[in-house]
Amino acid sequence: MGSRASTLLREEEIEEIKKETGFSHSQITRLYSRFTSLDKGENGTLSREDFQRIPELAINPLGDRIINAFFPEGEDQVNFRGFMRTLAHFRPIEDNEKNKDPTASEPLNSRNNKLRFAFRLYDLDRDDKISRDELLQVLRMMVGVNISDEQLGSIADRTIQEADQNGDNSISFNEFIKVLEKVDVEQKMSIRFLH
Amino acid sequence: MLFVTPLLLVTAVGVAAADLYGTEASVRPETAVSAAPPATLSASPAASPYPPEEYAEAGIALARSADAHDPVETTDSGDASHHGGGYKIVQWEWSYVQTPYIIAIWILVASVAKILFHFSQRVTTVVPESCLLILLGLVLGGVVLIASKKQLYQLEPGLFFLFLLPTIVGDAGYFMPSRLFFDNLGTILVYAVVGTLWNAFCTGFSLYGMKLAGIIDEKVEGGMMEFLLFGALISAVDPVAVLAVFEEVHVNETLFIIVFGESLLNDAVTVVLYKVFISFVEVGPGNVQTADYFKGVASFLIVNVGGTLVGLIFAVLLAFVTRFTKRVRIIEPLFIFLLVYLAYLTAELFSLSAILSMTFCGIGCNKYVEANISQKSRTTVKYTMKTLASIAETIIFIFLGISAVDKSKWAWDTGLVSCTLIFIFVFRALGVIGQTWVLNWFRLVPLDKLDQVVMSYGGLRGAVAFALVVLLDGHKVKAKDYFVATTIVVIFFTVMFQGLTIKPLVKWLKVPRSTNSKPTINEEIHERAFDHILAAVEDIAGLNGYHHWRDKWEQFDKNYLSKLLMRKSVYHKGELWEVYQKINIRDAISVIDQGGNVLSSARLSLPSMASRTSFSEVTNVTNYLRENGSGVCLDLQVIDTVSGGKVEEETETHHLLTGNLYKPRRRYHAHYSRHFMTVGDKERQDREVFQRNMRSRLESFKSTRHKAKGRHKKERSQKKRKGSDAKEQEVNGKPRRNVSWQDTDPVTAPVDSPEERSEEEADKDEDVGITFVARKHETLKEPLKERPKSDMLEVYQSLAVIPPSPTCAEKHLPWKGGGGTLPVCVSMETTKIIPIDLQQAWNQSISSLESLASPPVQAEPQHPRVRALSRAEAARGGNSGGSDSGGSGPAQDPRFHFPNDEENGQSLQQQESQPLMSSMKPPAPPQVSSTQGMGRRPPTFNRNPCVYLRSLVSASPPGSEPRSRGPTQL
Repeated sequence: MGSRASTLLREEEIEEIKKETGFSHSQITRLYSRFTSLDKGENGTLSREDFQRIPELAINPLGDRIINAFFPEGEDQVNFRGFMRTLAHFRPIEDNEKNKDPTASEPLNSRNNKLRFAFRLYDLDRDDKISRDELLQVLRMMVGVNISDEQLGSIADRTIQEADQNGDNSISFNEFIKVLEKVDVEQKMSIRFLH
Repeated sequence: MLFVTPLLLVTAVGVAAADLYGTEASVRPETAVSAAPPATLSASPAASPYPPEEYAEAGIALARSADAHDPVETTDSGDASHHGGGYKIVQWEWSYVQTPYIIAIWILVASVAKILFHFSQRVTTVVPESCLLILLGLVLGGVVLIASKKQLYQLEPGLFFLFLLPTIVGDAGYFMPSRLFFDNLGTILVYAVVGTLWNAFCTGFSLYGMKLAGIIDEKVEGGMMEFLLFGALISAVDPVAVLAVFEEVHVNETLFIIVFGESLLNDAVTVVLYKVFISFVEVGPGNVQTADYFKGVASFLIVNVGGTLVGLIFAVLLAFVTRFTKRVRIIEPLFIFLLVYLAYLTAELFSLSAILSMTFCGIGCNKYVEANISQKSRTTVKYTMKTLASIAETIIFIFLGISAVDKSKWAWDTGLVSCTLIFIFVFRALGVIGQTWVLNWFRLVPLDKLDQVVMSYGGLRGAVAFALVVLLDGHKVKAKDYFVATTIVVIFFTVMFQGLTIKPLVKWLKVPRSTNSKPTINEEIHERAFDHILAAVEDIAGLNGYHHWRDKWEQFDKNYLSKLLMRKSVYHKGELWEVYQKINIRDAISVIDQGGNVLSSARLSLPSMASRTSFSEVTNVTNYLRENGSGVCLDLQVIDTVSGGKVEEETETHHLLTGNLYKPRRRYHAHYSRHFMTVGDKERQDREVFQRNMRSRLESFKSTRHKAKGRHKKERSQKKRKGSDAKEQEVNGKPRRNVSWQDTDPVTAPVDSPEERSEEEADKDEDVGITFVARKHETLKEPLKERPKSDMLEVYQSLAVIPPSPTCAEKHLPWKGGGGTLPVCVSMETTKIIPIDLQQAWNQSISSLESLASPPVQAEPQHPRVRALSRAEAARGGNSGGSDSGGSGPAQDPRFHFPNDEENGQSLQQQESQPLMSSMKPPAPPQVSSTQGMGRRPPTFNRNPCVYLRSLVSASPPGSEPRSRGPTQL
């Protein structure tokens, strides 16, 4: 499989992805082989069904939301570039990246982008606000059936109250950032991709 | 300064003693210390310095029961001269109380020392407490040494390992932030195992090399094994010292958990190395066979794995036991202490790593135990553990100081001391750098140079090393005295010098500090989401990484472990809910502590609490609040305001409030029971509150009467308590002096009503208060009609609230029109309120009550958000079965049927909490509705009285059945 991966992935493509996402060469090829193994249709893109075939994802409470996050709005296919771009959000921030010159465009794995990714999971209608309903939906996914709607509602109210600063009864992205100010997002939204 | 402090202390002890004994003060401490020469803390029986006749009396003394203690103490105060023939009024029983007495005195000294240290803010911010304690120990040791020519007190290894250390480790393990710990477990393990091995061997070999090179004096007899042994015991970072120092430094939590985790987990390595080398020393280096080395390795694995397993087994056991303590809440904390301690002892029993065992027991059980036990128990466990740990730590450091004074125990060799100091420092630094370099390949967030500096510098040695070195057999290890001296110096150097300088160092290096903030619900939720996201992304990327396995573990935990170890009610609620509850409580408490503002939206969170299933958990919320002083309110929004610019105002309010607030109501019953703790109330307050309640209730009642379609009845039932309460009532037999709403009135409650209500009434708990009156009326219409008017009036007069004209009131009563249907019940919510502003509180409760049946009474302007929320709340409450708005039915069926006990409990809880939320806003303008000139003039009554009145009006033949007690008592 590995060989197939490397044959299908052109060098220049790798370079571009490397530049865009910051993944190393070996990481890219490794992930490409994963990509192709997911790609049952063998057409170079992944569909939702391809993702849904991953067994663990089926039991992940936020599985569907996360799958959706891989797809650009309105599309139901994602190519390797897009796949990598999404994954790049979870690349740990490395030391040498911290002190990069600020003029360069923000890397995908910056704190802001990590948070943005999480925020989008809530924000279904993409209006840059997490409304109470949207929050409730996610909460409902994350808790068992044993919590009643009203209990969940109070949690949601509470959550919004806590974060809401402008009184619009929803959480904007800025409020979202603010409320997670003290969280070590860099660590808590990163996974270690094998080298 | 440092020298003055101990002196102060001695006098302070004297003063304290004087308080205890009554008269003769300052001489006491001296006697306490010096008069008890032979008694070391380890409870060795000692010859009494006092006349032998004491012994003759020992039998008598023993025969005495617990109060024997008191006579003894009075004896002290007094007259030793009374020793004479015949019956002695007071006797000197020193030998009888000696051991516990000395222990108590020591603890007292330690505690007073702490107080004194903290008198001077400046000193304690600069000098770690551990340093001060060691210095104090040095001075005390010196005093004792001079006084008795002989060092009497020592840090006894037995005492240390069996009692002092477990308290500290237990505390550390139980409150270990488990997520953080497991996130960094790999790193911690590497440092603990590899690092300690590295330190031990390098130090040992290097010292041996120094010895060969002649830098260490010839007098220090010892071969390689001896030095390796010494290296092993001196190399381990000490949890006690690390905790003591790092807790004051506040480095960031990752750094802390790594250093601290290492200090805990390296115990296994130290223990094994120590034992292995001791056995090697004993058999002699020449006789060690290759197999022995393998045995050493094997024992390392066994000690490690075994210790961990023992800990985990006890953790499971403990969690499982706490599942069933629902009815014996009072011993919950005991179970925790016992089983955690047993985990330690059991590991010791099998010579496994006791620290490891205890740590893992604590970590393992924490989640389940905390979920199972009541809030009160949580608080108890927390405070007790912290107190014990703090005292143990204090004693350890004092004794370290004292032990150092004893010159007979040690022998000095400059070469050994200085080499050891250098080596442990150098090898620590090298080890940390090397390991970090390797670890950073694998760590998500690499440890940077600053972290490494702090970690190297934070390698503090402490009492464990000392205890181990004292344990050495002087006959087999010839250089023991030198080792003891070196260990003491090393400990002093690391704890005092490094402890003293680490804070400035951290500041100077700008090591990121811990933020020390409590998690918010947002953080909880979003971090949980992060975890799910990461697990999913790992799955998508095809990596079986950490999150993948953690996810698996959590599935397992959820599906099996939690099911087994958690109470059903808790388990079904899920963690998020737990977290939410905890945060709510915490906020509420912090609000209360800060005398926070009360917004009327307070109700907000509570309805949700009402729907909790677990009865006792729910009540505990309230209990918790009660414990924490003024029952102002439970308001979530205040968090915002508190952190905002209102601080000043709030402190002012706080002072104002603490002075003037009514104390939260406490239960009367069960004074006699040791299973409950009660506090007496003040009658005056009760009366005041009661009157105010009455007034505002009636007022608001009137104003709302048209809107209210039905009366909702709040049922509160609390079967458990009822029994005792009723008993109390019976015992009293006569009317109580206190205001009614405080006392329950069980007598009325159980009235045999034909209606289904009776059942519930029977369950009513003592808190019901006023309400019973109303109920009684409802339930017993007929008898009520015959009520004597005069009786009624009397009642109210005594209340100082004279009913204007009952008939008028009657007219206004909403249920008047209802004809046959009885006004069933009256909400008694307010009865429980400690009304800062009753009116408002009443409004709240009314609106919540009537959310369904009628529009809320909204007199005062509310914050928009608040209003929205409360509306939502109300709506929700209306829908929900057991929630706050309770019965919500139209008049025909006002009562709400609770499916089961637990539901009842919730509603009770709900009601209990409501009062706490009563707002402190300026009272809303009295809502005077279309009162036709009637009852305004005199302070009005609220519903219950109304009911009263009404019944009175409708038929008031005197001399009917006795009134319910509560109100009449007034």
